[in-house]
Amino acid sequence: MEKIKDVLKNRILVLDGAMGTMLQDYRFSEEDFRGERFKDIAQSQKGNNDLLSLTQPEAIATIHAKYLEAGADIIETNTFSGTTIAMADYQLEEFVYELNFESARIARRVADEFTARNPEKPRFVAGSMGPTNKTASMSPDVNDPGFRAVTFEELRLAYKQQAEALADGGVDLFLVETVFDTLNAKAALFAIEEVKEERGLDIPVMISGTITDASGRTLSGQTVEAFLISVSHIPLLSIGFNCALGADQLLPYVKRLAKRTDAYVSAHPNAGLPNHFGEYDQTPEQMRELIRKYLEEHVVNIIGGCCGTSPEHIKAIAEIAEEYEPRKNAVLV
Amino acid sequence: MNSNNQKYLKLAGLEPLVVTPETNFVNIGERTNVTGSRKFLRLIKEEKFEEALEVARAQVEGGAQIIDVNMDEGMIDGVEAMTTFLKLMASEPDIARVPVMIDSSKWEIIEAGLQVVQGKCVVNSISLKEGEEEFIAHAKKVKRYGAAVIVMAFDEKGQADSYERRLEICERSYRILTEKVSFPPEDIIFDPNIFPVATGMEEHRKNALDFFLATKWIRENLPHAHVSGGVSNVSFSFRGNNAVREAMHSAFLYHGIKHGMTMGIVNPQLLEVYDEIPKDLLEHVEDVLLDRREDATERLLDFAEKFKGNGKIMAKANLEWRNDVLQDRITHSLVKGVDEYIEIDVEEARQQVARPIQVIEHHLMNGMNVVGDLFGSGKMFLPQVVKSARVMKKAVAYLLPYIEAEKDDEARSAGKVLLATVKGDVHDIGKNIVSVVLACNNYEIVDLGVMVPPERIIEKALEEHVDLIGLSGLITPSLDEMVYLAKELSKQDLNVPLLIGGATTSRAHTAVKIAPEFSGSVVHVNDASRAVTVAGNLLNRSTSEEYKGQIKIEYDKLREGYLNRSRSKSYLSLADARANKLKLSWEDYIPAKPNVLGVKEVNATVAELEPYIDWTPFFRSWDLHGKYPAILEDKVVGEQAQELFEDARAMLEAIKNEGWFDIKGVFGVFPANSIGDDDIQLYDEKGSPAYRFLTLRQQSQKSGKVPNMALADFVMPEEHGKDHIGAFCVTAGFGVEEKAKAFEAEHDDYNSIMVKALADRLAEAFAEWLHEKVRKEFWGYAPGEALSNEALIKEAYKGIRPAPGYPACPDHLEKDTIWKLLQVEDRIGVTLTESKAMWPAASVSGYYFAHPESKYFGLGKILDDQVEDYAARRGITAEDAARWLNPNIAAQ
Repeated sequence: MEKIKDVLKNRILVLDGAMGTMLQDYRFSEEDFRGERFKDIAQSQKGNNDLLSLTQPEAIATIHAKYLEAGADIIETNTFSGTTIAMADYQLEEFVYELNFESARIARRVADEFTARNPEKPRFVAGSMGPTNKTASMSPDVNDPGFRAVTFEELRLAYKQQAEALADGGVDLFLVETVFDTLNAKAALFAIEEVKEERGLDIPVMISGTITDASGRTLSGQTVEAFLISVSHIPLLSIGFNCALGADQLLPYVKRLAKRTDAYVSAHPNAGLPNHFGEYDQTPEQMRELIRKYLEEHVVNIIGGCCGTSPEHIKAIAEIAEEYEPRKNAVLV
Repeated sequence: MNSNNQKYLKLAGLEPLVVTPETNFVNIGERTNVTGSRKFLRLIKEEKFEEALEVARAQVEGGAQIIDVNMDEGMIDGVEAMTTFLKLMASEPDIARVPVMIDSSKWEIIEAGLQVVQGKCVVNSISLKEGEEEFIAHAKKVKRYGAAVIVMAFDEKGQADSYERRLEICERSYRILTEKVSFPPEDIIFDPNIFPVATGMEEHRKNALDFFLATKWIRENLPHAHVSGGVSNVSFSFRGNNAVREAMHSAFLYHGIKHGMTMGIVNPQLLEVYDEIPKDLLEHVEDVLLDRREDATERLLDFAEKFKGNGKIMAKANLEWRNDVLQDRITHSLVKGVDEYIEIDVEEARQQVARPIQVIEHHLMNGMNVVGDLFGSGKMFLPQVVKSARVMKKAVAYLLPYIEAEKDDEARSAGKVLLATVKGDVHDIGKNIVSVVLACNNYEIVDLGVMVPPERIIEKALEEHVDLIGLSGLITPSLDEMVYLAKELSKQDLNVPLLIGGATTSRAHTAVKIAPEFSGSVVHVNDASRAVTVAGNLLNRSTSEEYKGQIKIEYDKLREGYLNRSRSKSYLSLADARANKLKLSWEDYIPAKPNVLGVKEVNATVAELEPYIDWTPFFRSWDLHGKYPAILEDKVVGEQAQELFEDARAMLEAIKNEGWFDIKGVFGVFPANSIGDDDIQLYDEKGSPAYRFLTLRQQSQKSGKVPNMALADFVMPEEHGKDHIGAFCVTAGFGVEEKAKAFEAEHDDYNSIMVKALADRLAEAFAEWLHEKVRKEFWGYAPGEALSNEALIKEAYKGIRPAPGYPACPDHLEKDTIWKLLQVEDRIGVTLTESKAMWPAASVSGYYFAHPESKYFGLGKILDDQVEDYAARRGITAEDAARWLNPNIAAQ
């Protein structure tokens, strides 16, 4: 199989779209989420999408297949909240290894089926590592700015367990994504480096931050440039932005990033901004035209979708991604 | 992928800092460093983090591009202080925008710092000092945390002090970092050691030149690496001569930058503009820096002397002022603290006025107003003001018989102030200084002395109709005494404003514990210099209501903030804290067998103790802040410090030659084991259990692998065999009170305060001297130790001597055990008050721990579960225990 690094030299790769949005269509009940196995857990499990890899694996596999069908080169495992820290809310800490391992296996199996069908277009699995629901460099308590709800050490251990399980499950890449606090991401990178060193693995790492609003900064206050500098100490396959903004709002920040990094650049924006009901109504065609700007300006190597995107969106994006040359690495200061 | 010419050092806070060839010089802020800034150290020690943040903010506003943070100080929990401060800095966007430099000689502090900073920082520093293995391990971690690193030119053999050694170490470090660790070369910053020049030593001649040449070599031969350094070191031999120092710093920077230095730690206040250095001075300075002439050092020294000489001639006292008009002469005597002529001048004034009282009201008050203004604007310092007061008192004493003869009215005072050191406490230096300062500002003082019971304070306050009450105390139980007194005053409807002062008092304690109990206004006065302003604001009719209102709002806010904060701080249960105790590896520890067992009395002479005196706290007791001996050369207070020091040395001679004090001590070393979790069991000569020390355990949640310590952790548990513990009490206090009283009788408060301050220093020196004897001879666990006095003050020795009532063991009741164990009262006569303060005040007591890993720490706050457990172990009620431990119990 071709290495992703080689493929990236020649063309723009397409990342899949939202998992959560697709799962909503199934309208799973509390019982569906729990399945037979978790029927006795005290905590409500509805909304715990990561759990569905164990209780509704076919639904997850189907969604992966739909994105691959639409033309995605990279699919993300269903493990956005797969850490002991994020799973504490559901009292499922002890199942974290299994959640990640099984999620990776499902994605691996589906991706391999598609690669086998068309070896010219190899498909890759990225192990999704979300930000958790706690921040290591900000206090949740305005009256106590020195307080932290989670420490670096706790994050490092949680991410290490997740990375090990994803590696065991066969992922091609790690994707540290939706970074709103750079210190959380640094703990994830630290853990990944440890796993890679201890096991002698060479799994490339993608990182994707989140610019939360028009201030142009991450939630923890860093500018695009500061974020880039703060995570560039380990070799990155790609760096980019995702979530929070639509493609048009995100573009200026991706451009700033693209100018300053020698890693590949990724973007997976939302399908616009949410409407009053929290739904995303940007159509695949609308999003395609916004993404076209990214391609015309040659600022990305990997492009996909985040909240509100569907296989139709990805299909529209994949169609035009083929037409353009990928970004060439040019580093300025 | 990365093209070579673009390997720039990139750092980030909330915003980026990229060092390109166009960057002239990166200025590193150095004031948030406890080893370099007295003020910052004090703020951190007192946990005044908000004020400490202001120090950081001021630096960023002043143009610092990186903020260096250092918390390396023996009495500070470095990990805790570093992480707390960095976390708070992270919440201030205008500070957090610049990158941080995490500065420590301890790896655990560096690593803890790296774990709380989201941006890319600089680690300061690592080196080959402890060998390649540790160097690689640390570098790897630094890289994984995503930081750049300062590498000191230091290896297994020592610090690089020649051009060749600098090259050798830097090159070796560079090779290891780039080849074995794959450390990005642009993230390596070398510190090739800036050493003093013009020291007169032949081997220092090339110190600056070697640095420049090494810098150039590094920049040419070690691609992408940077060079930094602490610049002020270079001018060390010219301390006190700032004109020369400033010129040296800017000339050094000029050449350093030309040779490729990219960043550095510089005090911007000690920097002259290169172009504005007088040409002749510049030439002499550069001759030295660049080693251009054989006689460069001699020439600069001579030349510098001229600069100094000019100043000295001006300052030299002459008697010309005696030709001035009368008022100017009186003012001169008061401002300069000269008492030789005051009686002559006052007599002359008395003959000119209708009534003798007018001399006080006019001539003397005019002079004292000048003193007050100079003091208020920071142009005079406390010891000078106390001397002024001495002159004033002498003048008043001279006039008194005339005034009484006239049966004149008393001079109208600015207000009547009652001062007292509270019940159970004997410390009064600070209180006496406040008394003097207020008296010279025309306040009438009712000083009730030390150990004053609350009933007496109330009785006197009513009887004398005082306008203000000032309470002082140094030991922690005094805090509760003050709270109690505030309640009692309120019950009596005595609402005159209350001033709170003394070493353990704080604004937080005053706001949180005292203010809610008191119906009137209460103000914390942290130093004597503020007392006048505060008293003035409180008593001035036109401002007092507004000022009281402001204070109330300020303290209410402080209290709310404090209560909110302390609630959310996380603590461990006692059981969990014990589970995380410090675990020393007792298997490979062989305790030294003491040469002397049991209780021994010991004497020392002033001559023996003199070299052991730590002068820094002496200056602090006079409100002069700075480290000895550097303080003598300080730009602002140096002259005053020298004068004070001369007076102190003169009195010390008298103490030595005339035997003013009775100096004696007692100590003992005993077989012991730690027992249970937190106790230390002592055994008598037959091996049967005798006394038991109770220690307290830290309960605040620690980060990483930092243990929750108790002093008992430093003593071997029973199952590993017998260990030992020591205890001591020393005093230099007998004879002090008599001397102080004698000075007071002569209206000489200056010397009265001086004699007490010196007695305190001698007691501390005695403790230091005895500790060394114990380490080397009596216990003898460190027989080969050889340390300078400076190293002693820095506590570089093995083992500790913590004192009950201080941060590691705030429990004053432990003193009772020490007193019984050593028969302190019978043997040397030192007694304990009801609050367990030692009498005489100039006494020191404590324990001895020998284990090489024993260290000073702060207990911090503890929870009720420990208070209850302690009460049971001590055999007292939980209420009593809570009363004694009150300052350390976390608010819940």
